[in-house]
Amino acid sequence: MITAGIDMGSRSVKVVLLEQIKVEGAKAPSFAVKKAHLMLPGDLDADQAAEKAFDAALAEAGVTRDQVKSVFATGAGRGQVAFATEGITEMTAGARGAVFMYPQARTVVDVGAEEGRGIKTDPDGKAIDFAGNEKCAAGAGSFAEAMSRALQLSLKEFGEASLRSDKSIPMNAQCTVFAESEVVSLIHSSTPKEDIAKAVLDAVASRVCAMVRRVGIEGNVVLIGGMGHNPGFVQSLKTAMDVDQVLLPELPEFVSALGCALIAAERVH
Amino acid sequence: MIANYGYKDGSGEYYISIDTDKCIDCAAERACLKACPQQMFEIITDDYDDEVAWVRKEKTRALAYDCAECKPAGGYTSLPCTTACTPGAIKHSW
Ligand code: SF4
Ligand code: SF4
Repeated sequence: MITAGIDMGSRSVKVVLLEQIKVEGAKAPSFAVKKAHLMLPGDLDADQAAEKAFDAALAEAGVTRDQVKSVFATGAGRGQVAFATEGITEMTAGARGAVFMYPQARTVVDVGAEEGRGIKTDPDGKAIDFAGNEKCAAGAGSFAEAMSRALQLSLKEFGEASLRSDKSIPMNAQCTVFAESEVVSLIHSSTPKEDIAKAVLDAVASRVCAMVRRVGIEGNVVLIGGMGHNPGFVQSLKTAMDVDQVLLPELPEFVSALGCALIAAERVH
Repeated sequence: MIANYGYKDGSGEYYISIDTDKCIDCAAERACLKACPQQMFEIITDDYDDEVAWVRKEKTRALAYDCAECKPAGGYTSLPCTTACTPGAIKHSW
């Protein structure tokens, strides 16, 4: 049986096709990820982008729409995926996907382009507590991206530059607009780029950490969402949360789509 | 599930948390809906098909302002929402 999970984010669409496989003698069902596909919506509207990403994933996997038993959608734009069987929240999808990948994980930190959140999960991957920040984008990836542009660095260079700094420059502004002017002041005072990059990522991590602390840091921590690709942010997050290890999937931006596809499979039964 | 709605900004941390497990068989007949002068709460069907309360999305960015009239400075000694919700599902962080 094949199911699909679609994470309709504000900046990109992530699709995971999941095939349930029968393993002789195994009690629990086993799954194989057939295909993961990411596409930036560009000038497409949300529904068209979801259609296109889904079709591309099906084509890559050599699967037809008829073979997909159920499609679950998550993310800010989940309501716009017209062909989805059901929509579920980012908390439910993220917790399920994270615990599937790391059964020992109990705290899930989800940092995407526009939103960050902390989720506490039970051993079955059911979200039991969550907190986000509805007001401030300074705890999400788009803020880091805007600041990397101000420093004329790619996001990758920005993250790597931050790792070369051992300075802690506090950024006091709580909103992106004021934070941006703090960064401009640092640039004008000839502060090295790596120190500014670290200051920005420390600030994002500190805001994310405040949300996670609301739900409490318990057991193993896993980071999901696109900011997982930023090594400087991962380091800043570990420091802010005061933990030695953050579990990091290879493709952190697909974990919520994976959770969606898993829940779709469970609900078919 | 404990659902925390709100934000932290330069002036403080403003979250309303709802223990949605208590909403499933609400012993207060959804009293939160009528009690709140700002119509902050709404009943939704969650991811597990349970009917629970949540804070309406458009309200979550301005809790500090919307709730101000119920806080001590507004003359209340107890909050209408927490008083009406006898199962004790609602908590404020400030
Ligand atoms: S918040 Fe309280 S009153 Fe409202 S539905 Fe939940 S338990 Fe009932
Ligand atoms: S404090 Fe007042 S305005 Fe705020 S949620 Fe409670 S009843 Fe509504």
